[in-house]
Amino acid sequence: LHFKELLGKVEILDAKTREKLCFLDKVEPQATIAEIKNLFTKTHPQWYPARQSLRLDPKGKSLKDEDVLQKLPVGTTATLYFRDLGAQISWVTVFLTEYAGPLFIYLLFYFRVPFIYGHKYDFTSSRHTVVHLACICHSFHYIKRLLETLFVHRFSHGTMPLRNIFKNCTYYWGFAAWMAYYINHPLYTPPTYGAQQVKLALAIFVICQLGNFSIHMALRDLRPAGSKTRKIPYPTKNPFTWLFLLVSCPNYTYEVGSWIGFAIMTQCLPVALFSLVGFTQMTIWAKGKHRSYLKEFRDYPPLRMPIIPFLL
Amino acid sequence: MAAAAATAASKGNGGGGGRAGAGEASSSRKKKGPGPLATAYLVIYNVVMTAGWLVIAVGLVRAYLAKGSYHSLYYSIEKPLKFFQTGALLEILHCAIGIVPSSVVLTSFQVMSRVFLIWAVTHSVKESGHISLKKEKVKNRLQTPLKTWKLERQTTVCQMAELKVQSEDSVLLFVIAWTITEIIRYSFYTFSLLNHLPYLIKWARYTLFIVLYPMGVSGELLTIYAALPFVRQAGLYSISLPNKYNFSFDYYAFLILIMISYIPIFPQLYFHMIHQRRKILSHTEEHKKFE
Repeated sequence: LHFKELLGKVEILDAKTREKLCFLDKVEPQATIAEIKNLFTKTHPQWYPARQSLRLDPKGKSLKDEDVLQKLPVGTTATLYFRDLGAQISWVTVFLTEYAGPLFIYLLFYFRVPFIYGHKYDFTSSRHTVVHLACICHSFHYIKRLLETLFVHRFSHGTMPLRNIFKNCTYYWGFAAWMAYYINHPLYTPPTYGAQQVKLALAIFVICQLGNFSIHMALRDLRPAGSKTRKIPYPTKNPFTWLFLLVSCPNYTYEVGSWIGFAIMTQCLPVALFSLVGFTQMTIWAKGKHRSYLKEFRDYPPLRMPIIPFLL
Repeated sequence: MAAAAATAASKGNGGGGGRAGAGEASSSRKKKGPGPLATAYLVIYNVVMTAGWLVIAVGLVRAYLAKGSYHSLYYSIEKPLKFFQTGALLEILHCAIGIVPSSVVLTSFQVMSRVFLIWAVTHSVKESGHISLKKEKVKNRLQTPLKTWKLERQTTVCQMAELKVQSEDSVLLFVIAWTITEIIRYSFYTFSLLNHLPYLIKWARYTLFIVLYPMGVSGELLTIYAALPFVRQAGLYSISLPNKYNFSFDYYAFLILIMISYIPIFPQLYFHMIHQRRKILSHTEEHKKFE
């Protein structure tokens, strides 16, 4: 057998029109989908690998970058169908943009920059302690998120569709402005139960922030750098991670807790609404994550619920 | 927006997705329609709705003939209009439980915008044109050299309630547009469910919107616009600072935002309908050729 005959051929067709887009001969059988995507980009440079979805069936699931050509159920010539995922943007970029906005925007309201409140209030400072505390908490929260994005999180996907950045930023920036407007308003009314309420709420907030961070660290330690392996997360020595016993996504649980704390602390309805919307979204994500854990791992702990212990 | 949105082909109400006849491209993944019990229920629902909107149509005609003018006909059909338009909320439920293969989100949006206009604008911005008398207690301090007297006077405040919306002609504009649209739409669904859709109904559904949709949108926008002064003056549905929950809502600004939202939404829905029309009516023509 000549070495040449061991090489595979790949033809790439458009999933919608079935038009032949590319024919690759002399492809190594050990080649991964990622390598095939790179080869495809050479002939169609506008479709960089991140926006390529290659699949065996036009309506089927996308093949993973790690899949090896040889292991796929194909003949001597592999037929792959291509779908354009649209312009892509990296997760890191999206996260940094969507978190930097609220950090900055909130401060604009806190410092009562001109044209927000009446002119006589420009650059004045609130006389309520809770307002200063709220600024610290809100800012801390987003600084934490930015640092986690840069140093903690390990992303399984590199990119997401470009339109997501507009959607996400509108959500984060919009709500941040809305909340900040009321909390830093000259007519802001401090919580009904005074310092007691603020202290309790602050405690909830701090505990949940620590909890959320602990979970992020635990999840990071679960996956070595550069890999995309998936394992069941378990509680570690850190007591905050013991929530894993009851819940699949304790990071979301703690996140909701933080915002509830913030809402109680500021006694501000827009904050409560933001918490509610966030909770709804995180519940959807948690349920999805929970379902994929159950599908992937036979021995998944049965006691766990997606986001709220025993309930949801 | 609410007028044509209800005509939008993407919203079905039974009968294989409200898409009957060979002319419909099956873009839905599941071809199976609702079960026999659900179909029976939906037929009844659509027949009742068709009848309801016919009642409104007849009511309008009779009131016009009786009054001799087309002004303030709203009052003669106010109750059935509220009843049957609000009843359309059931359609959200139909999508949610899956007996109608339309998007819950889209249907909710369409029905809610109608219900909003009926209740939060037309119904709420009301003071019938009579003079309302309010007795107010006015406290006054009267200073004399020796004592400060507190006096209470009663004054009668006359409110000339000219700010109302229900007698505006714009209301008639959207009511007529909705009435014709809904009669056609619900009968379309009824016939589709029974697998016996007359071409005339299909044609009407996908053609009359060309006039009815802009007519309805104009009526809706003009009505909201007419409601604005009242909302501003009465502070309707508005909350201002300071308050315990650190929240405020300006219904006046909200209505203006709603009006602005028509600008991106109306053309999209309208051209979607035009596109659907081309697809569905030309497809039927082709099939007729082969008969």
